[in-house]
Amino acid sequence: MFNEMRMGDQIREPYRALVDWMEANGPEVLEQKRLEAETLFRKIGITFAVYGEGGDPERLIPFDLIPRIFTSQEWRKLDRGVKQRARALNAFLYDVYHNAEIIKAGIVPADLVFRNEAFEPAVIGIDPPRNVYSHIVGVDIVRTGPEEFYVLEDNCRTPSGVSYMLENREIMMRMFPDLFKNLRIEPVESYPDMLLKTLKSIAPRKCDREPNIVVLTPGAMNSAYYEHSFLADQMGVELVEGQDLFVHEDRVYMRTTRGPARVDVIYRRIDDAYIDPLCFKSDSVLGIPGLMNVYRSGGVAICSAPGAGVADDKAVYTYVPDMIRFYLGQEPILNNVPTWKCGKPDDLKYVLEHLGELVVKEVHGSGGYGMLVGPASTKEEQAAYAKRIEADPGDFIAQPTLSLSACPTFVESGIAPRHVDFRPFCLVGDNVRLTPGGLTRVAMREGSLVVNSSQGGGVKDTWIMSD
Amino acid sequence: MLSRTADNLFWLSRYVERAENMARLMEMGYRMALMPAAASGNRSEWESVLSASGCAAGYDPDAPLRQEEVANFLIFNRDNPSSILNCFEYARANARAMRTAITAEMWEALNNALMELRRPSMHNLAKNELPEFIDWVKKQGALFRGATDSTILRNDGYDFIRLGTFIERSDNTARLLDVKYYVLLPETSMVGDGVDNYQWTTVLRAASSLRAFHWVYRDDYSPHRIAHFLILNPFSPRSLAHCAEQITQHLERLARHYGQRHSVHRQAVEIYSLLTQSDMDEIFSTGLHEFLTDFQGRNRILSHAIADAYHFGGQ
Repeated sequence: MFNEMRMGDQIREPYRALVDWMEANGPEVLEQKRLEAETLFRKIGITFAVYGEGGDPERLIPFDLIPRIFTSQEWRKLDRGVKQRARALNAFLYDVYHNAEIIKAGIVPADLVFRNEAFEPAVIGIDPPRNVYSHIVGVDIVRTGPEEFYVLEDNCRTPSGVSYMLENREIMMRMFPDLFKNLRIEPVESYPDMLLKTLKSIAPRKCDREPNIVVLTPGAMNSAYYEHSFLADQMGVELVEGQDLFVHEDRVYMRTTRGPARVDVIYRRIDDAYIDPLCFKSDSVLGIPGLMNVYRSGGVAICSAPGAGVADDKAVYTYVPDMIRFYLGQEPILNNVPTWKCGKPDDLKYVLEHLGELVVKEVHGSGGYGMLVGPASTKEEQAAYAKRIEADPGDFIAQPTLSLSACPTFVESGIAPRHVDFRPFCLVGDNVRLTPGGLTRVAMREGSLVVNSSQGGGVKDTWIMSD
Repeated sequence: MLSRTADNLFWLSRYVERAENMARLMEMGYRMALMPAAASGNRSEWESVLSASGCAAGYDPDAPLRQEEVANFLIFNRDNPSSILNCFEYARANARAMRTAITAEMWEALNNALMELRRPSMHNLAKNELPEFIDWVKKQGALFRGATDSTILRNDGYDFIRLGTFIERSDNTARLLDVKYYVLLPETSMVGDGVDNYQWTTVLRAASSLRAFHWVYRDDYSPHRIAHFLILNPFSPRSLAHCAEQITQHLERLARHYGQRHSVHRQAVEIYSLLTQSDMDEIFSTGLHEFLTDFQGRNRILSHAIADAYHFGGQ
């Protein structure tokens, strides 16, 4: 296992200043800071609720005080690799809703795209502003060694977690002002500005003025509601719910105290299926009837564009390196994790024979639900899971259990290494922009590889050291 | 501003004000109950508090009308929509549904109040040290208004918050005065004696106006003057006249801001004129209780008219 802080007896370069600080201050000071930080989080109400678990709907996501640190050199590679991926994914999305060249070229199988649940026939042939579909790409990256980074999955719809990146930094700067003064840590505060620029740059064709932008949330009961309100607040735009919007003739309006006000760009944090009951799920009460007609005729821009989900499907994921070669003519900078597709008979056979070593996931699942972590499972669990795979092999993929890197983390017994992953947030509009930072998620239980907040994972601040 | 946001702001401040006024009502009941029972007319103080709170219909008819039971109902009962706990729950839910429209300081004030109120120790405090609990509630209201006053933008949102506060406050001042009516049915022989005066000063105390009254009127706690102070005196911060003045001012600001007037503007001015042109003799001769009932009706209609004018439905 690669420990990002220690190589043998040596403290790795990016962590030296932090270790000096911790040794100079001792564990009591750190414990006190930890308590202070928790109080602060509770006070400002940053919470992450988990669906279907009952209990406190405003549970606090565990925040770990010890930052995860990258050198500028490490970051340069991640930065180039993530931007490259975001470009290729958007090129792919435009392609599959237009000429489907990549399918004609025999690189991606037609079934995988056209029979995919996330493929939206309703948007075929529509040109979204700047031909961008996924304006915020969250790329989940894991590390297994000093130079070894792998992309675990792409999130092209509405990746969440960016508010934690920003708030974690706020808290850390309050807790450790001296470290920030003495070290040169790349700032992340510009993210909301960059997001606003990105959203302004995708104003729809019919918009003839400074675009009116809104954030669309399913409401205060949603698990990511805090993030929705935080981003709207940081950008200075309205946070709306479906009931606040309506379609009149060929435009979208919001209900205000002065009467109707036109809306040009919608950053929606609700799924495709719910945005327009006339076009998608007819029983949705979250959506705006007629929205898709307005979108089609260039009266409103929707971020992410309807249909973008087909690019972050776990089976489509396996083709991203090919997309990079096909659309950009480049070699991928970041590698995929080698993946077996259970839909292929040879792969299926291998997976069923090696369940105890592999991580098996549902193709359409997200949030760490419904996956099997081979080495951590019992024989009975494996047998039950094998039945599910056999029933519908095309729905599953498997990956080797990677030896994820670990970072020092505050746990009950003191400070111990825990596995981490990393999600930077790449913005795509008139430019491709990436804030130097991201969300580091940490599996709080010893040996656990599941970092999802819905499964009890925590978060850390991520420091990119500048040159 | 989104209509839904205006609605939330208006009701958020109404709930905070209502919680505080529930506490003030109980303060009156508590103080009046300290007087000999025989002197308190034909109803118990706690029954009067319950009637004046407007929540009597939800009270278990078999439950005793004692401090412990009535206070518990007005503070913690989940089925009583105006219980202090529910007021804070609703206020915070409204705040959470529009986090972008309020400041972090306002959120913290509400969030902390609710977190504390949910603690089991608050039940003991309310049971054993009611005056201390009442002070705590009044302090939460003050903290929230202070946070609002010092941090929020003076835009239309501010106007909706203030409208909510003063609509609710004038309703509650009318209720406070009515407790007195319920406790002491007008028996002319009693008016003006020691107990009567004590009860009138209690009304002042609950309105945090005892000192202010001294400054304005110097001496003499006549019912006439106390009622004047809480109804017609525009300098008294909880008087109906002051509330009406604030309401017309904030509606006026909205009219300027939006460049549009509605029928609600006329209605508000009518209420304000009524209060500036009446005198206490007139009010006492038609009946204080009748006057207050009429006022509460007008106030309710005004609240609906505000919602209609700015495209939000009432709650």
